[in-house]
Amino acid sequence: MQRDLIKQFLYDMLLARRFEEAAAEQYTQGKVAGFLHLYPGEEAVAVGSLRAAEPGDYVVTPYREHVHALMRGVTPNAVMAELFGRATGCSGGYGGSMHLFSAEHRFLGGYAIVGETFPLAIGVGYWLAMKQSPDVVLCYFGEGAVNQGTFHESLNMAALWKLPVLFICENNRYQIGTEIHRNSAVTEVYKRGCASGVPGKHVDGMDVLAVHQATQDALQHVHSGSGPFLLECETYRFRGHSMADSGAYRSALEMAELKARDPLLNLRNRALQEGWLSEDDIEALFKKAHETVDEAVRFAEQSPPPTDLYKDIYTQPLDVYRGAP
Amino acid sequence: MTRARDADAEMIAPAHPRHELMVWEALNLALDHALAADDAVFVLGEDVGLYGGSYRVTQGLYAKYGEWRVRDTPISENSFTGLGVGAALVGGRPVVEITTVNFALLALDAIINLAAKIRYMSGGQFRVPLVVRMAGGVAKQLAAQHSQRLEHTVMNVPGLRIVAPATPQDAYWQLTQAVREDDPVIVLEHELLYFKKGPFDIHAAAPPMHSAAVRRVGAHVTLIAWQRMVDVCLQAADLLAQDDIYAEVIDLRSLRPIDLPLLVESIKKTHRGVVVEEDCKFAGAGAEIVAALQETIFFELDGPILRVAAADVPTPYNGALEAASIPDAAAVVHAVRRMVGPREE
Ligand SMILES: Cc1ncc(C[n+]2csc(CCOP(=O)(O)OP(=O)(O)O)c2C)c(N)n1
Ligand SMILES: [Mg+2]
Repeated sequence: MQRDLIKQFLYDMLLARRFEEAAAEQYTQGKVAGFLHLYPGEEAVAVGSLRAAEPGDYVVTPYREHVHALMRGVTPNAVMAELFGRATGCSGGYGGSMHLFSAEHRFLGGYAIVGETFPLAIGVGYWLAMKQSPDVVLCYFGEGAVNQGTFHESLNMAALWKLPVLFICENNRYQIGTEIHRNSAVTEVYKRGCASGVPGKHVDGMDVLAVHQATQDALQHVHSGSGPFLLECETYRFRGHSMADSGAYRSALEMAELKARDPLLNLRNRALQEGWLSEDDIEALFKKAHETVDEAVRFAEQSPPPTDLYKDIYTQPLDVYRGAP
Repeated sequence: MTRARDADAEMIAPAHPRHELMVWEALNLALDHALAADDAVFVLGEDVGLYGGSYRVTQGLYAKYGEWRVRDTPISENSFTGLGVGAALVGGRPVVEITTVNFALLALDAIINLAAKIRYMSGGQFRVPLVVRMAGGVAKQLAAQHSQRLEHTVMNVPGLRIVAPATPQDAYWQLTQAVREDDPVIVLEHELLYFKKGPFDIHAAAPPMHSAAVRRVGAHVTLIAWQRMVDVCLQAADLLAQDDIYAEVIDLRSLRPIDLPLLVESIKKTHRGVVVEEDCKFAGAGAEIVAALQETIFFELDGPILRVAAADVPTPYNGALEAASIPDAAAVVHAVRRMVGPREE
């Protein structure tokens, strides 16, 4: 089991890293536009946690969510095409990088207003609890979002009604250029559910195996009907906040320290050390990830744009001056 | 669907033998029917459950449907409205009550950034069958922070529908339709209308949710209003009739979409129009209605369409000042006289 799992995680992270690099390249060439928030450095969080979830579980994420969508089974082609704003994209070209959706994969988006994932997730959780469904919701957010009122409002309701929501904090230390100790009186995010009695745990978010195990444990708690759980994954982003940010506010020393903990390299080295994978195995995974992403870029480039400006504002077309047209 | 509704009607009818209801009772009946007809429907908001609702609209429903379907929430407007959006995405048909529009300002992210946008942003993959009810308007000396009107703010948002019932019959019809709608609907209720009585026929067929209604037929001027200002216009029409000026009164009923064809039809007949609104004039809902009419039928008009609206002030506490801050029948009569001039026989 271990070998297959390691292989899967390593491939997932290689794909994630390569996908984001390609997105950056395409942005630089003007093919991808808008706000583009990339995930290198944080791969272990989405990969480790989402590989622990069931296919029936729902996922709500903020705007840095390409990898989450990929982990839920949205194809690299559909995600890249969305970045290109094409009709074949997973949101039909209407959402873009920050608003990836896939109903088929229970992937509920992609939200760009900080703190919105909390109320949406408890809404899904409320419905699941009301219907006594075995499914749960995974709610992602950055450590910066924890200071938004919706965090506290929503954790309170989730705890009060014992909703099946796993809150997963991707603590990459920064809200754009402001480091956590400059915006939060308490910097241990996992403790911040205590006002609502939501249990929390901290995990090394640079270690995919640790994230995977911690998510499995947390999901067990959520499935048991005991209510929500708060999992803090401490991680780091290697790039700026978005393509518009160089990340120059971070010291070279800090960057070097964290790059030495690169989740991808660590898993690779460990897999070799433990004899789980050979150099050849890894080379093959690397090659496959590159080919998959190259194909996604080709697919996106060749895809047609959406053309209907007025599509799907309402379930039925609506003329604001007459009702139905 | 129709059969279910008739069955409900019979089930409810003995408890409501009157042919008159108050607006709150009509809303209560609509929610009761909706909860009975579809178990995807649930109601949530502050004090909607055990307490029965700040304006009694949810009275009795908690006992009947239980806490999961009639949920008392903490004071967290943005998050419980957002909760409604989340539940709507996965199959629920939530009806969120925000006690007053003043508090809905804290929920605008859920309404404008989430409810109105998700369908479009997702390329049509999701529906958001959410109803958000909220009471607004100038009531009785509640002062500036409890007297906001919000029409203009939500009217400007593609993705929303907005209804504004003025009668018990419309309150029942439009809330019922809103719950069945697959897109987000804002139901603007008026604090002073909840205890207004009016004719009610549970078997009457509802017009489309967005269509306007002619409340009084006239020939000389068209008065356009919604919510409580419809009654103000009807009073004004009575006064004007004493001088042989016959005003047609139109209840807009819906603010997004609006029923422009009905307004055009009326003004083609009267050649004059006044929009009467309880909100401030500047950049208000009336501005949109007047602009749309003048773009459409400018050459039919005998003069500019006027607006009678609230004074451009935060609502004062003092009762006399408060009354002076919003239109009354005299203000409407005055505006019409200005347009029509002395009648020659
Ligand atoms: C309500 C709101 N305020 C501000 C912003 C601008 N903004 C976008 S991302 C961001 C930082 C968020 O930091 P964090 O939650 O830690 O997420 P990260 O980007 O680090 O993953 C800010 C301030 C926004 N999108 N929404
Ligand atoms: Mg952050």
